[in-house]
Amino acid sequence: MTTGTTSPAATRSLGQPGTLVVALLLALFLAAFLVIPVMTVMVAAFQPKGGGGFTLINFVDFFANDLFRRSFWNSVYVAAMSVLLATLFAVPLAYFTTRFDFRGAAIVQTLGIIPLIMPPFAGAVAMQLLFGRNGTINLLLDQAFGFRIPFMEGLNGVIFVEAVHYFPFILINLSAALNAIDRTMEEAAQNLGCSGFRLFRRIVFPLAMPGYVAGASLVFIKVFDDLATPLLLNVKDMLAPQAYLRITSVGLTDPMGYVISVILIVASLVAMYLSTLALKGKDYATVQRGGGGLSRRALGPMDALLAYGMITLVLLLVLAPHVGLLLLSLATIWSFSPLPDAYTLAHYARVFSDSGQYIWNTLLYAGLAGLIDVVIGTAIAYLVLRTRTWGARWLDAVAMAALAVPGVVLGIGFLRTYFGVTLPSGQSLAAFWGMIVLALAIRRLPYALRASMAGLQQVSASLEEAAQNLGATRGRTVRRIVLPLMTGAIAAGFVTSFATAAVELSATMMLVQSSNDAPLAYGLYVFMQSPAGRGAGAALGVIAVVIVGISTYISNRIVERDRAGRAGAPGH
Amino acid sequence: MSLKAQSAGIEIENVDLSYGQTRVLKDVSLSIRQGEFFAFLGPSGCGKTTLLRLIAGFNTCQSGRVLIGGKDVSALPPWKRDVGMVFQSYALWPHMSVARNVAFGLEERRLPRDQIEDRVDSALDIVGLKHLKDRKPSQLSGGQQQRVALARTIAVRPKVLLLDEPLSNLDARMRVDVRRELRALQQDLKLTTVFVTHDQEEANTISDRIAVMQDGRVQQVGTPQELYDAPANLFVAGFLGTANILAAERQADGRASLPGGVRIDLPDDGRTRAMFRPQNARLATPGDSVSTGRARLTGTISHREFLGSTVRYGVRVGASECLVDAPHHGGEQGFRLGDPVAVDVDRNRILWLAD
Repeated sequence: MTTGTTSPAATRSLGQPGTLVVALLLALFLAAFLVIPVMTVMVAAFQPKGGGGFTLINFVDFFANDLFRRSFWNSVYVAAMSVLLATLFAVPLAYFTTRFDFRGAAIVQTLGIIPLIMPPFAGAVAMQLLFGRNGTINLLLDQAFGFRIPFMEGLNGVIFVEAVHYFPFILINLSAALNAIDRTMEEAAQNLGCSGFRLFRRIVFPLAMPGYVAGASLVFIKVFDDLATPLLLNVKDMLAPQAYLRITSVGLTDPMGYVISVILIVASLVAMYLSTLALKGKDYATVQRGGGGLSRRALGPMDALLAYGMITLVLLLVLAPHVGLLLLSLATIWSFSPLPDAYTLAHYARVFSDSGQYIWNTLLYAGLAGLIDVVIGTAIAYLVLRTRTWGARWLDAVAMAALAVPGVVLGIGFLRTYFGVTLPSGQSLAAFWGMIVLALAIRRLPYALRASMAGLQQVSASLEEAAQNLGATRGRTVRRIVLPLMTGAIAAGFVTSFATAAVELSATMMLVQSSNDAPLAYGLYVFMQSPAGRGAGAALGVIAVVIVGISTYISNRIVERDRAGRAGAPGH
Repeated sequence: MSLKAQSAGIEIENVDLSYGQTRVLKDVSLSIRQGEFFAFLGPSGCGKTTLLRLIAGFNTCQSGRVLIGGKDVSALPPWKRDVGMVFQSYALWPHMSVARNVAFGLEERRLPRDQIEDRVDSALDIVGLKHLKDRKPSQLSGGQQQRVALARTIAVRPKVLLLDEPLSNLDARMRVDVRRELRALQQDLKLTTVFVTHDQEEANTISDRIAVMQDGRVQQVGTPQELYDAPANLFVAGFLGTANILAAERQADGRASLPGGVRIDLPDDGRTRAMFRPQNARLATPGDSVSTGRARLTGTISHREFLGSTVRYGVRVGASECLVDAPHHGGEQGFRLGDPVAVDVDRNRILWLAD
């Protein structure tokens, strides 16, 4: 099943008024909440202050300014170093678990993905307490050896937190690539006299390279665009924080925020382009008959010691924020001491009694955003794969382009586009909480769209043709055949959108106008601003982790059940 | 530059190999001579590929040993065995050009650069792909990929060449060509070659000798003709060519009766299955007289396949069925379905096999 088939199910379509109307509505939605806001930002960057005409003066001003130049290079430096550090975390985990007969490989892989289910900024404060100047590790080091390591000083802190949070992207992609290598590739090399590290360098690593590049470029973009982590660590001389500060403090007329937005988008596009360039013609998914995956080898005693030691160290490091956050949420006072002085549940009580709206808002916003995403995602997937509606591929491309739009940029775009529009209540449309939902929906649409595409591709077109052959109309076929068969994929798409939207902060941060309308991530940020709020902030962070953790678990269960149910079915 | 190597014989001694609880090879012993083209033939799951991988060093056996050129290699890892293997999937590295693939093993052997160039050229020359040396594997057809895999292996001048179902990914026409080329190349290089296949025709046409395997055991070793003419047991008889097997009953007088009541001598050692090939029987009308030296079975035609030069008839004889090939001459109608028919079997061609 590929797109553009000429199966009977896909033939008559341009004339179908139903699908055309759907396509038009989708186009309007994407135009209003993705294309126009982003274009507005781009246009503003190239206009003189006050509007009208075309100018590059804003960019000249930007690069003439010391602070902005420094911010730019800091962002590049932090993103590159984060990729490097994340690589150091991910490579041993991926290599040892896929390559050797490794006890607990599944546990290592699972633990390795946990950091993703916590908002990075939530971990940031916990990391301060563990690795900061007066954190647990440095206090212990100081007592024992009389020196400290500046893990968390300035940019180091951002790099450290981002690498710990995002390294799973490399781990997942690299492991998948290693598992996809046909084991005869390796055996052929051994047969010709190659072994050990040379085998890794000459055969295994080049074949796994595409997976690594895919993961690494994703990490680079995510870190480059991240707003909340540097802000929480009080690092302001980076691009995303500068954009936020200019818009919130100087105002919507200041062009610098727009210039930074353009730079962020261009950087994302360049990174994506470079990674596709690096991957061009290198589709090494080489699993053939005869079994995939590297052949697993038993570890010698010395190797085993080394491997387990290394993996334990990495896991301790990447799970530290979770442990720290949990401790902080239960601590009475934790300052200048390796561990908290005493433990209490008061922070949770405070969060639930005073700040329940954060939790409720999060569930509401993320739930609505997830719902919008699966409806739109499924509709676009259907138009692309099953009809020949004019422009359907463009809808797909535009929706996927949301991946390249940083949250800060989308937030700024919403503000710029809709600030002047007033609701009947007299409130600005940009300040309406529904806009947060829409921003979240746009940001997470690509995930739901890909899930729907994958789900629909697994439903053989002949199943639909059979229904139509028996007299079902197109609409009834969709309702009675396609949707039931896609349930698993749709549910998985919903949960992914929901879980990631629940901890999103960068777009939200620009759009939240009052703390009554704020979601959990924003509340966490507000709490973390004062030492007194840290405990409650941590409690909110733990709640966020629990919400995302449960969602992820549910989505995995759904996907597995779906797969098990499908396993018996013939075809595919 | 010549790619002739010092080829070596292989001894496999009392090898037992299990995956967990499953015994895959059971007390396997074989002796493969230097310069011989030898086939492991058997149905899937019989252990033939496992045995090949054992020689290459990708499997380890629980007991027994493998000798190459008289030297015990059981403890050597694959990369120290000097055994060339061509994989079923070819296993060409997609990130390297054809020339880089072929040069790989030579680089691992730390040969000087100019020698590597020479040997890559001559290996590609042998398989006729010198003009494609700068291509990537993905730009080659299946047959070309297979030649590259072969060139890559012979370039290192291995002591032994192992081929794992090398023809299975090629189309039918190509197979015939490639197997002739393989045979010619092997003769030219005088290279000990072991070939794994489940296709008896492939094994028969290419090999000097064949080991027929089933259920982890070597059933019989011999030249193709020996195996066909004198199969050691029912499995070998049925796996190589078509075999008619009739169960005989020993009567009070020590002779046997076949279905239909024909009396026939049978050996005293307990072998009670009579086997004959379809071309060793003749069809006749039941009223005709039986010529001397033939045993007559009677039955009815149950199916017929027109093969061109012959017609293969299925004849139901009592509870069993025999296949008989009758030569076809233009214009003859032959027998029809349901016709009563006599099957006259050449008594000298009946082979007795154990149950």
